[in-house]
Amino acid sequence: MTTVSDDLGQLPLSARLTDPLVIARRNLLRTRRTPQAAIAAVTSPVLFLLLMNLVFGGAIHIPGMTYIDYLVPAMLVQNIIFGGLQASTGLAIDVNSGLIDRFRSLPTPPSAPLIGRSIADLGLQLLATALALVAGVALDFRFHGSAPSCVVAIALFILMSLCLFWVFAALGLATKNPETVQSATPIFFLFLFVSNAFIPVDTLPRWIQGFATYQPISIFNNALRALTQGTQASQAALGHSTTYFTVASVAWCVSLALVFSVLALRSYRRL
Amino acid sequence: MAGAPIIDIAEVRKSFGETVALDRLSMRVAEGQVATLLGPNGAGKTTLVRILATLLRPDGGRVLVGGVDVVRQPVAIRRMIGLAGQHAAIDETLTGRENLVMVGRLYRLSARQARQAATEVLQRLSLVDAADRPVRTYSGGMRRRLDVGASLVGRAKVLLLDEPSTGLDPAARLELWSLLAQLVAEGATILLTTQQLEEADHLADTVTIIDHGTVVTEGSPAALKEKLGYETIEVTLAEGVHLREAVEVLRPISLDAPASNDSAARITFRASRQTSALPTTVRLLDQAGITVEDVTARRPSLDDVFISLVGHPSQPDSTEEKTPA
Repeated sequence: MTTVSDDLGQLPLSARLTDPLVIARRNLLRTRRTPQAAIAAVTSPVLFLLLMNLVFGGAIHIPGMTYIDYLVPAMLVQNIIFGGLQASTGLAIDVNSGLIDRFRSLPTPPSAPLIGRSIADLGLQLLATALALVAGVALDFRFHGSAPSCVVAIALFILMSLCLFWVFAALGLATKNPETVQSATPIFFLFLFVSNAFIPVDTLPRWIQGFATYQPISIFNNALRALTQGTQASQAALGHSTTYFTVASVAWCVSLALVFSVLALRSYRRL
Repeated sequence: MAGAPIIDIAEVRKSFGETVALDRLSMRVAEGQVATLLGPNGAGKTTLVRILATLLRPDGGRVLVGGVDVVRQPVAIRRMIGLAGQHAAIDETLTGRENLVMVGRLYRLSARQARQAATEVLQRLSLVDAADRPVRTYSGGMRRRLDVGASLVGRAKVLLLDEPSTGLDPAARLELWSLLAQLVAEGATILLTTQQLEEADHLADTVTIIDHGTVVTEGSPAALKEKLGYETIEVTLAEGVHLREAVEVLRPISLDAPASNDSAARITFRASRQTSALPTTVRLLDQAGITVEDVTARRPSLDDVFISLVGHPSQPDSTEEKTPA
């Protein structure tokens, strides 16, 4: 495939700044008019928190950390995955309805419809997170980290949400089919369950511990745990410092975003 | 052709794997005209529209809109064109106004300009009453008008319409046609694909019939019919007249064997346009003393043109054209 230079560079800077907001507004209006999916998405971390705490709370002992302190950060990360799958489906539906063709025929940057959606989705994620934190605190979840590290935790969560979005954008645009997106969910469940989300990794079979320890979901979970629980608890319960998990998370976020944004934009251009 | 071509397609090629969708197709459309692409399913109509709309990159050839190359300057093209498809590409959960404002912003209008343009377009589409209702509540015809209207907020000079009247009832179709006629009167150029010959006949300045990715013929609807060079004569005889005798009288001016229908006492045949067939028919029958109830001459329809060139009827109610990915 030959690449011919085109005139995308001719678009004014304002197009790159305001067009994502125009699209984000569209997605938020859509969410407000058809709130069923959003209500499920926003409340699901609370439900999972209640359920998992009920089922595993008595059985699993985390040295140096209460189970609810261990669980809440993982539920927030899990919800990014659930939200992402909805984004994949939503994009596949937009491709089929012809709306993405409409966007592609307009003088707007190819990234705008995708970044716009990620902004709208981030809004929902933050709402879900706020609800989950309220429920968590009711179940005795506490911040033991410093105030600045809690701010870093929020910033890191936003980064994860925006970066992981590209994985799901690539999935939705490459498959162009909501059903195919559904059939890809087991892959994500593999990452969610073969991780440290609900149980410490050393309870898993030895051969899978390496994957479970270093795969992005586990790193993200531990970063949010370390940032909200303080570095002493982190060192004791998770085996590494807060800095280690934070830097590793940022590295995962940036790598995933780089690779999958290229794939997503390539699919977008070739729809 | 009046005026300079605003759409200039030369030797364009596009394949999807083994399937050749466009095979060195060339055509031109003059500014301010309605050009109709007519062809059976899989002829390459949708592929051509998608290339013009910068959605698809051609494998070869050159495609210019307003003198600008679609491959090298897609953004410049997108500022000029408006695309409306078989599926109304609008967000059903948004109101008509919200859809138009969104599209206006993406056409690079400021927020204020986009709101103003949306209001103007809603007025001319007679959608003011429904402007602030979700599109979900619109009828099919209202949606399609909004879909075409989305191009108007950006003042698109060239409208690319892929089977715009598919799925519309006759009244909605007439409304759409009158909208398109208005837009052309204001200087827009329209390229539309259709499987409905009636639509081409009604709207088009030029008809381009394509099949297997290449142009079969092109010209004005009248010229294409003229090209066929015949007219169809239908004679209804008075009661008690021998049909067979009349058939023999008419055979010399008929291009092929006249078809007769005994119960209706009717003869139908195709006559060369050079022979002033209608008066000749009347004169011959009169000379033979055969009493005639009615004689009509029918010019060829675009259907006849289509069948004679493509070899089978166009299929107005078949499903969308498939472009293999």
